[in-house]
Amino acid sequence: MIITKEKPLDEILELLEPFSKVLVVGCDGCVQPPRGLREAETYASLIEMASKARGKQIECSAITVSRQCCEEGLPNWVKPDGFDAMLSMACGIGVQVMNIIFPEIPTFPAQNTVFMGAEEKREGRMYELCRACGDCVLGETGGICPRTRCAKGLMNGPCGGCVGGKCEVTVQIKDWKGEVVEEVQNDCAWYLIFERLRMLGRADLFRKLRDPTDFGIWVPPRRI
Amino acid sequence: MAERKAFSELMKKIEAGEFVYTGELEPHRSIDISDVVSWAKTLKETGRIVAANVTDNPRSDSAISSLVASYLIQKETGLEMIYQLRTADRNRLALISDILGAAALGLKNILALTGDHTKTGTTPSAKPVFDLDGTNLIRLVRSLVDEGKDLWGNEIHGPRPELNVGGAGNPGMEPLEAEVFKLERKAEAGADFFQTQVVFDAEVARRFLRAIEHIGVPTLIGIFPPRTYAQAEFFDKFVPGVSVPREFMEKFAKLKELPKEKRKEKINEFNVDYFVSFIKEIKKEKACAGCHIMAVGYPDVIGPIIEGVEK
Repeated sequence: MIITKEKPLDEILELLEPFSKVLVVGCDGCVQPPRGLREAETYASLIEMASKARGKQIECSAITVSRQCCEEGLPNWVKPDGFDAMLSMACGIGVQVMNIIFPEIPTFPAQNTVFMGAEEKREGRMYELCRACGDCVLGETGGICPRTRCAKGLMNGPCGGCVGGKCEVTVQIKDWKGEVVEEVQNDCAWYLIFERLRMLGRADLFRKLRDPTDFGIWVPPRRI
Repeated sequence: MAERKAFSELMKKIEAGEFVYTGELEPHRSIDISDVVSWAKTLKETGRIVAANVTDNPRSDSAISSLVASYLIQKETGLEMIYQLRTADRNRLALISDILGAAALGLKNILALTGDHTKTGTTPSAKPVFDLDGTNLIRLVRSLVDEGKDLWGNEIHGPRPELNVGGAGNPGMEPLEAEVFKLERKAEAGADFFQTQVVFDAEVARRFLRAIEHIGVPTLIGIFPPRTYAQAEFFDKFVPGVSVPREFMEKFAKLKELPKEKRKEKINEFNVDYFVSFIKEIKKEKACAGCHIMAVGYPDVIGPIIEGVEK
């Protein structure tokens, strides 16, 4: 899933300040938490109320689409006539494809796109799992990605900062206002890799001296 | 792999079978390094410290370039430097530049480190580089030294750099088996020597040295005689992978209650006694080539500790 986090309302209102009719577009694709019709409608009312309170009413409508990143489907699903801006509830990919397909009016992001990941069953927190490096090593690392789950992206870990199986880096979890609500110590990826490979009887894979990552194939924007 | 060659005094002494002592210097975020130079002079005067590490943005706190500081201190004092180089802040091009630069400036040792994460230091908004890890940095140095080219086949012009390269180990790592595998990788990468994280417990050091004996890389165990109780407590509580024996903390706690005029002397005596017997213990281990004394800003004990061991 592509994990997103809502932008502060003030920031969105600032982006929309010059406009009076805005179409809020949800996305039923892989964005997480869900950002479909219900969320688009909630945002539409929120923006109408907040803009009115600030003395300049913005009129909003809400729709949703299967996937905002689908160049082929968008012209059939979205009809921007009569609106002077759109607000996308999708990830950064959706926002950009909307701007490509509908160049005549601007589409703004309602979300910050944070990472590709999954939801932790126990904590209900989202956590990052893949950085799309283009050279997957999961087959040799016990199904645990060192490029993503090691804060240093080390290929020959663990480093000296691994204590009790935890990473030296503290991750701050912030609420929608940007305030820190929790500090979390991630598991050391190389500790997890060691434990998993040992369990699988493949400690030899842990021992292997690995080449540096080829960042040359990682230079954006990539194409295939 | 090409046979290891000793370019530095450190490696020559290790190869000659001498039990070696190294010190540590920590230049600040300043263009004035006179305090570190004078500290280096103190180390040199002991007559037994063969070389000293110069830290590179330790704990990810920004500081003057360790390359420049290493060069200036070595030039000023004649004490050999172990230039610490971390991958946290430099990509592979910058690392190659600095390795060649170090050799051109007459430095003979590099300690190849990954380094603490940039998020832990003075400038957490920095882009963390980590283009290579410490192990691949060892490989890079060895490739430049042994083959005259980098790991990507680019040849260097003229003479090859004459450098020995070390790696870091952590005797307190749990599980130790993972650390042993890691050091096996570093040995395969071409490490000439290892220096370790601080150890207080001789048993931890002994267990580690025995576990890595088969690797065959000369290893210097790191110690840090604490000048104050707060320092010891800091190591015990906050330094990754370091634990201080309860007995050590309890004895130190009593010393801090002494009247000020007596306290310093008693703490010095305590440190000297404790670390002399610590070093005597680890010296018996085959893998132990020496001791890395990280008593930054605490010159009083270094000479007496070494004398105590060697007499």
